[in-house]
Amino acid sequence: MRTYLLRRCLYMLLILLGASLLIFFLFSLTPGDYVDNNLSLSEERKAELREIYGLNKPVFERYVNWMGNLLQGDLGYSLAQQRPVAQLIQDYIWNSFLLAVVATFFTWFIAVIIGVITAYKQYSLFDTLVMIGIFAAMSIPSFFIGLFLIKVFAVDLKILPPGGMITTGSRAEGWDYIVEVMNHMVLPVAVMVLLGVGSLARYLRSNVLEVIKQDYVRTARAKGLKERTVLYRHALKNAMLPAITLVGFELPGLFSGSIIIEKIFNWPGIGQLYLQSFTVRDYPLLMGFTMLLAVLTVIGTLLSDILYHASDPRVKL
Amino acid sequence: MNPLIEINHLSTHFHTGSGTVKAVDDVSFRIHPGETVCIVGESGCGKSITAMSIMGLVEGPHGKVVNGSIQFDGKDLLRISKEELRRIRGNDISIIFQEPMSSLNPVITIGKQIMEPLMIHQRLSKKQAYARALELIELVGIPRAEQIAESYPHQLSGGMLQRIMIAIAISCEPKLLIADEPTTALDVTIQAQVLETLRQSKEQSNMSIMLITHDLGVVAEMADYVIVMYAGKIVEEGEVTELFERPKHPYTQGLLRSKPIIGQRTEELFSIPGQVPNPLELTESCYFHDRCDSCMDICRTRQPELKQVSASQRAACWLYEEEAQHE
Amino acid sequence: MSNLSTREAGRVPDRRVSEAPPSLWRQAIQQLSKNKMAMAGFIFVIFMLVACFIGPLFSPYADGKVNILIKHQPPSAKHWLGTDHLGRDVLTRLLQAGRISLTVGLASMALSMTIGTVLGIISGYYRGIVDQLIMRIADLLFTIPGIPILFIMGFLMSEWKVPTDYRLYLVMVMLSLIGWPGVARLVRSQMLTLREREYMQAADVLGLSDRRKLFHHLLPNVFPLLIVIGTLGIGGAILAESALSFFGLGVMPPTPSWGNMIDAANNLIDFEKRPWLWIPPGLAIFATVIAINVFGDGLRDVLDPKKQTSR
Repeated sequence: MRTYLLRRCLYMLLILLGASLLIFFLFSLTPGDYVDNNLSLSEERKAELREIYGLNKPVFERYVNWMGNLLQGDLGYSLAQQRPVAQLIQDYIWNSFLLAVVATFFTWFIAVIIGVITAYKQYSLFDTLVMIGIFAAMSIPSFFIGLFLIKVFAVDLKILPPGGMITTGSRAEGWDYIVEVMNHMVLPVAVMVLLGVGSLARYLRSNVLEVIKQDYVRTARAKGLKERTVLYRHALKNAMLPAITLVGFELPGLFSGSIIIEKIFNWPGIGQLYLQSFTVRDYPLLMGFTMLLAVLTVIGTLLSDILYHASDPRVKL
Repeated sequence: MNPLIEINHLSTHFHTGSGTVKAVDDVSFRIHPGETVCIVGESGCGKSITAMSIMGLVEGPHGKVVNGSIQFDGKDLLRISKEELRRIRGNDISIIFQEPMSSLNPVITIGKQIMEPLMIHQRLSKKQAYARALELIELVGIPRAEQIAESYPHQLSGGMLQRIMIAIAISCEPKLLIADEPTTALDVTIQAQVLETLRQSKEQSNMSIMLITHDLGVVAEMADYVIVMYAGKIVEEGEVTELFERPKHPYTQGLLRSKPIIGQRTEELFSIPGQVPNPLELTESCYFHDRCDSCMDICRTRQPELKQVSASQRAACWLYEEEAQHE
Repeated sequence: MSNLSTREAGRVPDRRVSEAPPSLWRQAIQQLSKNKMAMAGFIFVIFMLVACFIGPLFSPYADGKVNILIKHQPPSAKHWLGTDHLGRDVLTRLLQAGRISLTVGLASMALSMTIGTVLGIISGYYRGIVDQLIMRIADLLFTIPGIPILFIMGFLMSEWKVPTDYRLYLVMVMLSLIGWPGVARLVRSQMLTLREREYMQAADVLGLSDRRKLFHHLLPNVFPLLIVIGTLGIGGAILAESALSFFGLGVMPPTPSWGNMIDAANNLIDFEKRPWLWIPPGLAIFATVIAINVFGDGLRDVLDPKKQTSR
């Protein structure tokens, strides 16, 4: 187990090194930078700024610098926002996290219930209807359904706020503040759940279908266990095993924010900040956060691997 | 003596895309308290489906018990509610399956799996159930009970798992234990141990056993009464000694001849020619006719009924029918 | 002469292989035609293709002429889906956009299938260092999630000042760039399992050449799987393109695409008061993708025996 982990970690570092090269050169070979963007600056001032931020040094030297800072936990300095990237990310990431955690919770909760019931009642009317619904949910463009829901619930019916995290100019505090944020979360969370629940429910359904055919489920019934115990203790436990690997993959999603959803619902999260950074050519932030995404993904993969091995008593490394 | 369980005219059908399979076709028999009844026959003859019908575990949506009654303890198991049946399963009637390796849940410890029926049917507390589970593990002849209770199925051998299955099955002291080919998947040496465990637990509690097997050696070892099934129907039944000495039905005769006898050398082991008929293509006839040495015209067109052919034996064969003799 | 005889000798086992698939395919098609949902999906996709590629020819507004006088008209008998801010007919534009969106979806999928299959086969068949290299590149591309990487590429495209006419093709390349690693991994793992099968060992015994083994024995076995993931992938590609174009990083006006038509919703008045501008393209994406997915799922049921239990 230890040597396996060690090998995995080593490979992880190598892949991250590759990712950092890819990310850095993609951005640094692009013509134009933040300084170019700013039309009010004179040529001399621009040259000066480039000197200060090291933008005029050779590409490779800049990479080494960037990498060296990264390793010390310094993600760079955002010229557009005039603040360290790490600080910016910290400011925005928790808003994204809040949205993602709530959405992920509901997604799994609903998907498990749908998966079990549809598998248990395979070919019933309910099963068919849910399957059609799942196909529909998997086929909706996220930005469109977001816009559509805003149009219906916020513009036409006026029962939910159209976007943001709090009402503009609101000074709510304490409990009122929580209620207000929750109100604003309803639509984005609904969209995220809608988009995620389909494939997960389908996956769980096929797992449950596979499991309820197994001999040990028959044994559980023969023991005289209640049908609910048979399903949720004996069948679900086995059906969820392969799904546990997915938990690892979900991890980066919790912190990476959702560019599309946050933009549509004007949620002050990291995804929206990321999108803004494109328009102002905020390379340090773009590079820093993209690197963070890569780190999260790699950790997620490792985590799902470990979880898989830890959860199944049959698998031994 | 009143029978413990009485099965009358049981029919279980499976509806497949290409037609209806009469897996169990008008089967009647009874089991008395303390008796061991063996059901023998080739694979696919409806032995297991009979067992599953008794347990109410015939798998839908294709399979269904279509007719008959199963009298047990003054109740008809086919007519009582699902909830009532559930309270009988694992409690008054329990079952052991053929594949011990896959019959236990891979992600739940052995101990917990033994405790489950105890907690449900006997309402034992967790602690009591655990203590009882340890007793049961030792009872079926496995040492180091505590260590076993904490392990997962994949850590034990097939023979041990089957004994664990027995422990689960006898945990609530059932009146009837159905054992569906309990030794088929095991090594020969282990088979004897498992049978011994079965026999011991029977002696301790005077339960009845319905043993399904295709191994006539097992039958000779365990049975009081034997039922021979072929293509979903009972073709012969009788006391074990009688039936082994004077088999009436040509199929039973064939089965007994195909069994190797130690100390007796033969050129070639006998085997019944042909195969079990396709259950979808059965027509009104003796289902065994195309494999039978003594096939007569009537065998091809009419089905014989199960009739008394000697003091303790019944057979379904035209050879023993007055009617056929006269024709 | 000797050349001919080896060719003849090689043909014997060959014919058996090539004879089996047609009946299998026919079987699959027969089974598929019984699946009503899948057939409905298939018919809808065909309808969509015909409407988008032929429909505009019958429209009086196909030239896309700007007429400010009739801008922002709501749906009417003359303009079924109204007109946009330049007075163009929305229905006609919707169909023309469909042309682009469907083409991008189909072409990018075809491209990623081709790249993925070729690299997957090379990886799985030759293994060793080549395999290592290809799979490490695939791993690398997997480290950054799909949407961010698409946005980055779209942004770089703008920075490099790619002319709008070419963006369309670059979008296809971008989509296939993130599409191929998945395909390659799948094909590779299939190849690895197939290699171990008896008939491949039999092929070894017969001394068949590498190329023959690849194209006559292995490829036909991976083919059904490829068709399934290819079909399902088209839907994904259409969705990705629409998102990218909606955010102004994919296909750009004046080239219409369903995604950039929804861009109208970014204008507050259009969003609130003129839903005919952005709801129809959204529904078009939705309907097309759902039809493709339902059809793809039906295909999976008949072509991939392992997955049949799931439905």
